[in-house]
Amino acid sequence: MSEALTAKDFTSDQETRWCPGCGDYAVLAAVQKLMPDLGVPPHRTVFVSGIGCSGRFSYYMDTYGMHGIHGRAPALATGLAAARDDLSIWVVTGDGDALSIGGNHLIHALRRNVPLKILMFNNQVYGLTKGQASPTSGRGMVTKSTPFGLQDSPFNPLALALGAGATFAARTIDRDRHHMTDVLRAAAEHRGAAFVEIYQNCPVFNDGAFAALTDKGKAVFNRIPLVHGEPIRFGPDGEHGVARDEAGDLEIVAGGRGDLVIHDAHRDDPTLAFALAGLAASPGEPTPIGVFRAVDRPVGIAEATPKLAQARANLAPGALAELLHGGDTWTVA
Amino acid sequence: MIVRFAGDSGDGMQLAGSRFTEATAEHGNDFATLPSFPAEIRAPAGTLAGVSAFQIHFAAQDILTPGDEPDVLVAMNPAALRSELPALARGGTVIANEDAFSKRNLQKAGYDANPLEDGSLDGFHLIRIPMTTLTASAVEALEGVSTRDAGRAKNLFALGVVSWLYDRPTEPTEDWLRRKFVNKPGPLEANLAAFRAGWNFGETSELIDVQYKVDPATDVPPGTYRNVNGTTATALGLVAASVRSGLPLVLASYPITPASELLHELARHQDMGVRTIQAEDEIAAAGMALGAAFGGALGVTATSGPGMDLKTETIGLAAMLELPLVVVDVQRAGPSTGMPTKTEQSDLLMALHGRHGESPVPIVAAATPGQCFEAAYEAARIAVHYRTPVILLSDLFLANSSEPWRVPDADALPEIDPAFAAPGDEPFEPYARDDKGARPWAVPGTPGLMHRIGGLEKQDGSGDISYDGKNHARMTEIRASKVAGIAAELPQLQVDADDGADLLVLGWGSSLGAIRAAARRVRASGHAVAVAHLHHLNPLPTNLGEVLRRYDRVLVPEMNTGQLAQILRAKYLVDVESYCKLEGKPLFAGELERELEARL
Repeated sequence: MSEALTAKDFTSDQETRWCPGCGDYAVLAAVQKLMPDLGVPPHRTVFVSGIGCSGRFSYYMDTYGMHGIHGRAPALATGLAAARDDLSIWVVTGDGDALSIGGNHLIHALRRNVPLKILMFNNQVYGLTKGQASPTSGRGMVTKSTPFGLQDSPFNPLALALGAGATFAARTIDRDRHHMTDVLRAAAEHRGAAFVEIYQNCPVFNDGAFAALTDKGKAVFNRIPLVHGEPIRFGPDGEHGVARDEAGDLEIVAGGRGDLVIHDAHRDDPTLAFALAGLAASPGEPTPIGVFRAVDRPVGIAEATPKLAQARANLAPGALAELLHGGDTWTVA
Repeated sequence: MIVRFAGDSGDGMQLAGSRFTEATAEHGNDFATLPSFPAEIRAPAGTLAGVSAFQIHFAAQDILTPGDEPDVLVAMNPAALRSELPALARGGTVIANEDAFSKRNLQKAGYDANPLEDGSLDGFHLIRIPMTTLTASAVEALEGVSTRDAGRAKNLFALGVVSWLYDRPTEPTEDWLRRKFVNKPGPLEANLAAFRAGWNFGETSELIDVQYKVDPATDVPPGTYRNVNGTTATALGLVAASVRSGLPLVLASYPITPASELLHELARHQDMGVRTIQAEDEIAAAGMALGAAFGGALGVTATSGPGMDLKTETIGLAAMLELPLVVVDVQRAGPSTGMPTKTEQSDLLMALHGRHGESPVPIVAAATPGQCFEAAYEAARIAVHYRTPVILLSDLFLANSSEPWRVPDADALPEIDPAFAAPGDEPFEPYARDDKGARPWAVPGTPGLMHRIGGLEKQDGSGDISYDGKNHARMTEIRASKVAGIAAELPQLQVDADDGADLLVLGWGSSLGAIRAAARRVRASGHAVAVAHLHHLNPLPTNLGEVLRRYDRVLVPEMNTGQLAQILRAKYLVDVESYCKLEGKPLFAGELERELEARL
């Protein structure tokens, strides 16, 4: 590349069509802005998306893109990674797409550690189908499909991802461009599958679901930033922190204590990340954000791709004929 | 001659049958085989449910089917006898392991009296051999052979007897045993001893008073042959298409009977650059194959029965994306789980229509085990050239049956040119069309051709999202005519007709052998008949309507309730007659012969 790339190089000519005020705009802008920094040109970048409002994302990136079917984006992307190890592959999905109809594909992509950057926009509602409860909606939530209040308990997406063996799991918020960019960059730099939950406001069907983490005056009390190697402390002046109680469970304590938990995202053992994922029962209370876990593990699927490509490249001219003649043969004159 | 080996599923009948097949190939006979085994891995020993059988039909002339009625039945236990005897030709030979006819085994098979003794087999030529005892005494003196090795070797004894009976060479079997048990001297010695004991028993025993000589076949075309089943031939066809096109092969599949065998077969070819993935489910398998195709690979997914239901969503997406995708459907008896180890041809209408919306897809059907090679190659060729999902219909009978296959010249296979899009001066239009109606295949990594595709309706040319009604109508027509247009390059339907024939027998898929054999028989008795076979089910050959109208009567035999007949009646307004069979077994020449006779 002779000239430096800009966000414009990653912006397609399609008119973006989300509702006014949708959190998706902020994610799109952050991603387009980040892309030039990653050093991967648009033609080596692929966005694969599922169905739902988030599914439109791929149309707005001037990269290669595939808008798939509901829940299947991780499967499509896994196939692409199996064929090609020279691409940067991003999956854009939502809470319904990834955790309901596509749950199986998500957990297996994470289990295999396929080199995919999976961005899950969590707005805790079905937006495109106009407002039904999603697998991350809170108990009791009243929607068109749950007029008497939702009876089910929600998934904890990070706990699910960690349970599936995610080697990279993080959470960020649409309204915090800076934090989101840092998390996305860390995801991009991760060698295997990276799972990023993005709290994303749906102004039409679930407005304010993350207000405790985004509203001025509230956010600073409720965001628990996770910084690798640092004690977990939050509040305007760090007056709160996270420590272990006598049973070893995490609890919120005074920030001045000397026994605060030191965040370690690179720990082989995922139990701290898992405990942090479960620290908040809902985003209405103090909630950790940042990189929960980032560990180096053998990469799945794409690892064999260059080897197989090499085998094909090295095929002797008569290899196919030899294969066809394999086994016991006989000749009829 | 038709021989059926039958025993308990733990008795090693498939092994005995396949070894006999190799020896038959070595001997130079033409042959066709049909294995049959229970759905359960280990059904209760000695019961009818646990019977496993392997049939081989061999002769000095061209063989078309694995045969209807066996001439010789090897029954390793009472359940095998009871289960398989009804198929045996009248006056046929029963070779029974009399040691297995204990009171308890007779009870398990539902016999009140011992059929070897009560005269119920008087219409057959019965040869009783104490195989268990003779095998045990043949191996008892060997060092390092356990009782277990001895007990498991009686299938080799049976194989030895039958090999003698038909004068098969012994070297291929002995060589194979040496290779198979290279580091297991116990089982090797036991099996060799049992095999030789069986052979020698045939030669010296006065129980068997005749040895058959079946001369090597003389009416098969010259060339190099090997024994293949439909699974192997399909795998080779896909690898050949991959190598010839230069596209890496990515097969994603989920285990399902009987299609799993294709996954196993292709997984062995990593040295050819073949990539196989065992996906988390059938849907993912289809998705992975399609994702690989987006990346410029030959994406293939293979399945059977209910797996096909789950793939339909992705096939619809592939039709919309217009990307190459080969879906191999090894049909089995349905609906639902149905009979997973029994064959059927009942997915034709599903392959044609089993998707929501207007979603036409080319369909290729394999006709014989060896022809699976050509069919797989053709499916890949159409998928790549026309940027479309293609469904390859095989079935369980083809997948498991074997026949001699004339190895094709690898360099003479038809060209498959992926013709990837290259950057040009004009703005790139992902839904522009070539003269065949195919759109450009622009793979990620190509500078300047970045584009987005998806399941939403496309604007003609630009590929942008479009909700315009007129554009949708145009795109529907474009997708349909692209698939219909394939017919222009397909061969015309060839009819093998006698002068004055009034009856056309039209088949598709695995019934080819049975139809040809039935026609041969009615011709031998002086009748005129016409036979034709469809290898492409969508689009159909352009001369099909004319061919159908040429005959007074058209008979379509199918292993379903008349699915092709329904299409032909709807499309060509011809009063097609059906012969339908849904018993989990292939069509037999004998039954078709009767159907033809009734109409001639």
